[in-house]
Amino acid sequence: MRQQPSSELLRVENLTKIFQIRHGFSTREFRAVDDAAFTLTAAKPEIFTIAGESGSGKTTLARMVLGMEQPSSGILQYKGRNIADLSLGEKRAWFFKEVQPVFQDPFAAFSPLKKIDHYLYETVHNYKMAKKSETDDYVNEVLQQVGLTLAEVRGRYPNELSGGQAQRMAVARALLTNPSLIVADEPVSMLDASLRMSVVNMFRDLKEQQQVSILYITHDLATAYYFADRIAVMLRGWIVEEGPVEKVLGSPLHPYTQNLKESIPQADPDHAWSSEVDLAILDTDEYTRKGCRYAGRCPHVMDVCRHTEPPNVTAQGRTVKCFLYTEEHAADAAPVQSAVDSSNH
Amino acid sequence: MPTIVEVKDLKAYYHTHAYGVQRTVKAVDGITLNIPEGQVYGIAGESGCGKSTLLKVLLGAHKPPLYVVDGSVRYLFDDAQIATLSLDENTLRELRWKQVSYIPQGSMHVLNPVRRIEDIFHDFVAAHQQVSKAESTQLTRTYLRELGLPEKVMAAYPHQLSGGMRQRVTIALATILSPKLIFADEPTTALDVIVQRGVIQILKEIKRREGSTFVLITHDLGVHANLADRIAVLYAGKLVEEADSRTILKKPLHPYTKFLIQSLPRLDDRSTRVSIPGRPPALDNPPDGCRFHPRCPLAVDKCRTVDPAMVAIQPGHRVACHVVTEATEEVRHAATA
Repeated sequence: MRQQPSSELLRVENLTKIFQIRHGFSTREFRAVDDAAFTLTAAKPEIFTIAGESGSGKTTLARMVLGMEQPSSGILQYKGRNIADLSLGEKRAWFFKEVQPVFQDPFAAFSPLKKIDHYLYETVHNYKMAKKSETDDYVNEVLQQVGLTLAEVRGRYPNELSGGQAQRMAVARALLTNPSLIVADEPVSMLDASLRMSVVNMFRDLKEQQQVSILYITHDLATAYYFADRIAVMLRGWIVEEGPVEKVLGSPLHPYTQNLKESIPQADPDHAWSSEVDLAILDTDEYTRKGCRYAGRCPHVMDVCRHTEPPNVTAQGRTVKCFLYTEEHAADAAPVQSAVDSSNH
Repeated sequence: MPTIVEVKDLKAYYHTHAYGVQRTVKAVDGITLNIPEGQVYGIAGESGCGKSTLLKVLLGAHKPPLYVVDGSVRYLFDDAQIATLSLDENTLRELRWKQVSYIPQGSMHVLNPVRRIEDIFHDFVAAHQQVSKAESTQLTRTYLRELGLPEKVMAAYPHQLSGGMRQRVTIALATILSPKLIFADEPTTALDVIVQRGVIQILKEIKRREGSTFVLITHDLGVHANLADRIAVLYAGKLVEEADSRTILKKPLHPYTKFLIQSLPRLDDRSTRVSIPGRPPALDNPPDGCRFHPRCPLAVDKCRTVDPAMVAIQPGHRVACHVVTEATEEVRHAATA
């Protein structure tokens, strides 16, 4: 039972994280991640994007997958084993080797006072990834996977590297333990446009050549569309739409995803916006809202949305959490849908 | 189109002394540009290219270790021509917010956390005009309504507002005295896309309503495409290309601009995009000649030694590149021959 073979790399089911917020004597519940579900298969590595705005719960979800945060309820399994049940010893010996993080700011991830190759050797030593005499060769081999060489970085301090190089180092450090899953939380949002694509392309190569799955957490839908296979769009703790990236971003169904896609500023004067958007006034309104959390801003809001939580509906090759696509509302929704399309063009 | 800000051969350097070592960072090195009145003038560039330094000098807000070494900045208002760099503190104070305004990046840190929004507006307006609390509240209410902000925000404290609403309130605060010239430093960076769109919407609304001139600094070409009329591209402290935004985005000439635009991911195209090889130079020791030459695939010998000047390739389209200039001249010769 212990090492049950599993075709699933990561299984997330009904995953919920509740934070308690105390105001004096009253305590309020805050559902940062609410009933999230998705699965990554082990057989075929993929890049799975979790996209959302700030406060959507995407980082909390990533921290739970990394074992840094305890889920309040729900299932979170890595290769068939519950992450929450692992002892610290097991985590060190197995889980931390298998699942590695890459964070947003590479310069915050490395101490400015330490030489950067120190982190590589330390990781190899801690996880006993290579014999002492073979360490240099092993480190060099991994660095080449991210487009660097040991000669380039040996003895350097973090400030001597460009943002792109430093982020590559962070990825190289993660790759040293030969992980099956890399959790990358906004890995390119600190990088300049001219360096960003080199790191994004590197992730794509890693997936193809090293067979690493990548959980890519981002607010940037354009890079997600560029290199991800599947995407889950989060809104205030909910996954509102999940499916293949060409479908979800190519022709979004959920009104929120539609709004999100519309709002990406494109560097193309022919794609400038024509319509206006409504913004939420207060941040916290939407978490505590009854019914659908997007009801306050949704252009297609119906009565039922205001008091009942929408179900997850399978429609057009993806899952979408919206009443518009349930059977009883599908008939009403069709004209609304075409109205959106015509107003966008 | 009349010019409202005229910048001539501006050089602003950071001079630092540490442990007996003198270091000069040439953050703005010989920039000449004219900002037309009533337009949104975009300044694009990566981090460390000198765009924020340029903004500081344009605002007259530069302080040591930043020194203006050479050049001039003049505001050309209808009633006055003002040489910004030689103004004393009091005159600058008179000018600021009423004529020249500034929208900062981090709106969270600008609003007084222990005052309600209406009180913040009163403090602000009362510092520049003789107004009673009732008058300033009335002024604020009218202005917020005009900009489409909900009246609810007036009684709120800054921490109660969402990030986007806070940024929009900051923008309303910076523009309530109807300034002619508004400098915006990364006004939408670090905001969510929908919120960003809301902020761009309000900037457009202010421009339409007041006819103000905007100088918009951001690294995000998508924001420029939606807001700017003209775009100037900076690289390593120098202007490399300047044209109307459609030309920059659709038909750029400078190799750096071309690379920058090609490398952007798009929502209708998943083909492989390559980024520019190498990294931007450190500004305390920039390369000789054209500062882009170590990364440029077109570089010739001349690029390594001679610094290219901005040349008008077409009316309103200036480029600083030897290769582009020569190619254009050849075409001209061929046409005349």
